[in-house]
Amino acid sequence: MNVVTHKAGAAGFLHRFEGLRERLPGGRLPWLAALRDGAAEAFRAQGFPTRRVEAWKYTDLAPVAEAGFDEPLTAVDDAMDLPPPLAGARAVFVDGRFRPDLSSLGGLPFAAASVAHGLDALEGRLGALARPAEEPMAALNTMLFEDGLLLDLPEDADGGVLELLSLATASERPAAFHPRHLVRLARGARLTLIETATAPEGARYLHNPVFEIAVAEDARLTHGRLQQEAPRAFQLSTVYARVAAGGTYDNFTLNAGGRLVRNEIHVALVGPRAACHMNGAQLLVGEQHADTTTALEHAAPSCTSRQTYNTVLMGRSRGVFQGRILVRQAAQKTDGYQMNRALLLSPEAEMDSKPQLEIYADDVKCSHGATVGELDPEQVFYLRSRGIPEGRARAMLVEAFLHEAVEGVTDEPLRRALDAAVAGWWARQEEGLAA
Amino acid sequence: MPAVNETLETVQSVTQGTYKWGFETDIEMEFAPKGLNEDIIRFISRKKGEPEWLLEWRLRAFKAWQAMSEPRWAAVKYPPIDYQDAYYYAAPKRRPKSLDEVDPELLKTYAKLGIPLKEQEWLAGVTTSPDGTARAPVAVDAVFDSVSVATTFKERLEKDGIIFCSISEAVREHPELVRRYLGSVVPPADNFYSALNSAVFTDGSFVYIPKGVRCPMELSTYFRINAKSTGQFERTLIIAEAGSHVSYLEGCTAPMRDENQLHAAVVELVAHDEATIKYSTVQNWYPGDAEGRGGIYNFVTKRGACRGARSKISWTQVETGSAITWKYPSCILQGPDSVGEFYSVAITNNFQQADTGTKMIHLGPRTRSTIISKGISAGHGQNTYRGLVRISPKAVGARNFTQCDSLLIGDRCGAHTVPYIENRCMSAKVEHEATTSRIAEDQLFYCRSRGLSEEDAVGLIVNGFCREVLKELPMEFAVEAQKLLQISLEGSVG
Repeated sequence: MNVVTHKAGAAGFLHRFEGLRERLPGGRLPWLAALRDGAAEAFRAQGFPTRRVEAWKYTDLAPVAEAGFDEPLTAVDDAMDLPPPLAGARAVFVDGRFRPDLSSLGGLPFAAASVAHGLDALEGRLGALARPAEEPMAALNTMLFEDGLLLDLPEDADGGVLELLSLATASERPAAFHPRHLVRLARGARLTLIETATAPEGARYLHNPVFEIAVAEDARLTHGRLQQEAPRAFQLSTVYARVAAGGTYDNFTLNAGGRLVRNEIHVALVGPRAACHMNGAQLLVGEQHADTTTALEHAAPSCTSRQTYNTVLMGRSRGVFQGRILVRQAAQKTDGYQMNRALLLSPEAEMDSKPQLEIYADDVKCSHGATVGELDPEQVFYLRSRGIPEGRARAMLVEAFLHEAVEGVTDEPLRRALDAAVAGWWARQEEGLAA
Repeated sequence: MPAVNETLETVQSVTQGTYKWGFETDIEMEFAPKGLNEDIIRFISRKKGEPEWLLEWRLRAFKAWQAMSEPRWAAVKYPPIDYQDAYYYAAPKRRPKSLDEVDPELLKTYAKLGIPLKEQEWLAGVTTSPDGTARAPVAVDAVFDSVSVATTFKERLEKDGIIFCSISEAVREHPELVRRYLGSVVPPADNFYSALNSAVFTDGSFVYIPKGVRCPMELSTYFRINAKSTGQFERTLIIAEAGSHVSYLEGCTAPMRDENQLHAAVVELVAHDEATIKYSTVQNWYPGDAEGRGGIYNFVTKRGACRGARSKISWTQVETGSAITWKYPSCILQGPDSVGEFYSVAITNNFQQADTGTKMIHLGPRTRSTIISKGISAGHGQNTYRGLVRISPKAVGARNFTQCDSLLIGDRCGAHTVPYIENRCMSAKVEHEATTSRIAEDQLFYCRSRGLSEEDAVGLIVNGFCREVLKELPMEFAVEAQKLLQISLEGSVG
């Protein structure tokens, strides 16, 4: 019988860490123990950030801090209902733990394994990009992670499409899990990684993943994230990506599920001609709160970045977009663009947006734009004058707005998955509106 | 050794020499003892013969200030300020009864600054400024360190019922107006510097435009910091009654010194139904030398309340001076259909730092706001636009448009944009766009091929870049501002 104390907030997690310290994966590796201790120190110092912390100005973590979380149970449920696979290869995680029995990773031209089993060889790599001292959620992850997906693509390997499925199970007490995923693409390698996070309707949990992604010269990673967590779940995710010369990191995130969600992405373009595309859509209803926070660092010359985020808000939902572009002095010939749009479809919804440019090089072209408003009455009028009923006209415009965000995705399998997710979401809303 | 001298002159002309307002006036001054405590506040209040309520108000602000800490969120860096190491009251010893009695040294100072205080010159007909252009009359309130030394055209303005005087005078002559409005837009404990200002403010301008009156001339205040180790804490209050209209200009300079001096002003504007207040600033405090020594810390709180329906407040600022600028002229748009505008040019050269922008708080239905901000960074300058647009749920049909453009000259400077957009009203529409770039090579080449020197070409392009803001300035201010832009950027190219 596993008796767990339910200390709320940061203290609860710190308490759990004290209790588990030796038994966490890699507990006997001195470098990892030091890393976890350092992260615990950082988390102790920061706790769950309040809105007084500038990076969390618009997202209040009180509901997370006040909820008590248990360890996820280790019981194996053989009759798990898995969604149909998006592609051939799939790595499945249940409550943050790798499940080889549910995964199908045979015949891949690269190594895909569990982080927990490969820790001996991860000194200097795990923790190379994450910054627990700056990001308290990364500190929490570092302190308590148990497992994650470990991907290594050799030079010029074409990894095709790999699905990362993260499932949570419904349990009596909410559980918290903190997977740590490590992805490395050697020179010239390519991969499309599609991550789906979902759970049964009634599940309550905190999913706190951290990605550390290294893209070497001329390699290309397309990273799709379909966040469809259970309606009462929390997801606080942090992605760190580092892109070398000529490499490309593309991230597309769909925020559609969860009660309180934060999607935080840090990308550093460290070699000349590196590129990054960050796109996303947030589809929010009811009491949902979704926050997309991006930090893009141009550290080398001639790099390109493009960001487009569209948010649709219904009910009493609240959307947040914070996007920072930092151009260092060395990053001459930078071309950076960022756009975020929000559509308010309910008088009780709220959108907060903070695009930010911080520029220390002079030969640059950087711009950002932001708009927040309702559907353009002129566009509705145009469609109505063509004989389309008002309801249908509005629906068409919302659909177009949603698809606009998906448009930039060139990867076919990802594009199909996103289109399906967006269309499904909108169909559910329309049903709700019609009812 | 003429060659050496010539070199020296050249060097001087591109560094300190460019701040031509850097002279110091030798005039007999009266100081309060150094430092800041309740006794100093009582001293200031007594000096100015203030009523008891105002002293209490100051002391409350001082208490609040003591419990506050300096804001640290702005993107500016400076060593800690010792608030006890400054004089909080400095005034010329001879207090004039009328314009004729103004100390000739002071008149000379303002003449040197190009600020006319002698009405008779104006009244004699069209006056020409030193460069020969005709100038329309402008009523001036001149503030020298802690006190207002002269206000011109008072009688002419009184004919229309307009009150234009120093705030000290307003406390004596119109206490009911001051008491009603002082601190009503910027409460004393609003922020660290407004609390400090509320405790120790010494002078500033007071403007009252009665119902339905269109102010017949531009009103202007000229601020001059002269004395060493002083801070300037002026307080400006402008009230525009229903249907009135006023355009107000503000200019400022200070001598060149190695020390940093603090300027922490508070400006409050109140616009009632259908009133319009246009507030223009050309801020040219001493920016420090080419190595970043000295200069004014310009930590200012400016806010206007559009209380009435269809009222309008428009801020235009050209910020070329100060070592550090921390300033966010804001509009609280309460009245239905009220309008807020913010037009800004901020230049940072050498080691100047500017963190400036605006807040547009939309509370009333169909309120509209426009923000146009142009930031120019050169040398080691750091320039930040920081702005907030907040739409409350009741601001049905509200509208905001924001455009922030930054221009970088040289690869050691920085340009930053930090807008905050908070929309809680479905029918409101908020648009923001920002760009950062440097002067295009082809533009420069075009100008150079037409025979312009590189500096003139940059000046021309910068003026074009700022055109949308400069055209909002009253005519003669716009001419000054254009010249100022060019001077501020001297030594930044080539």
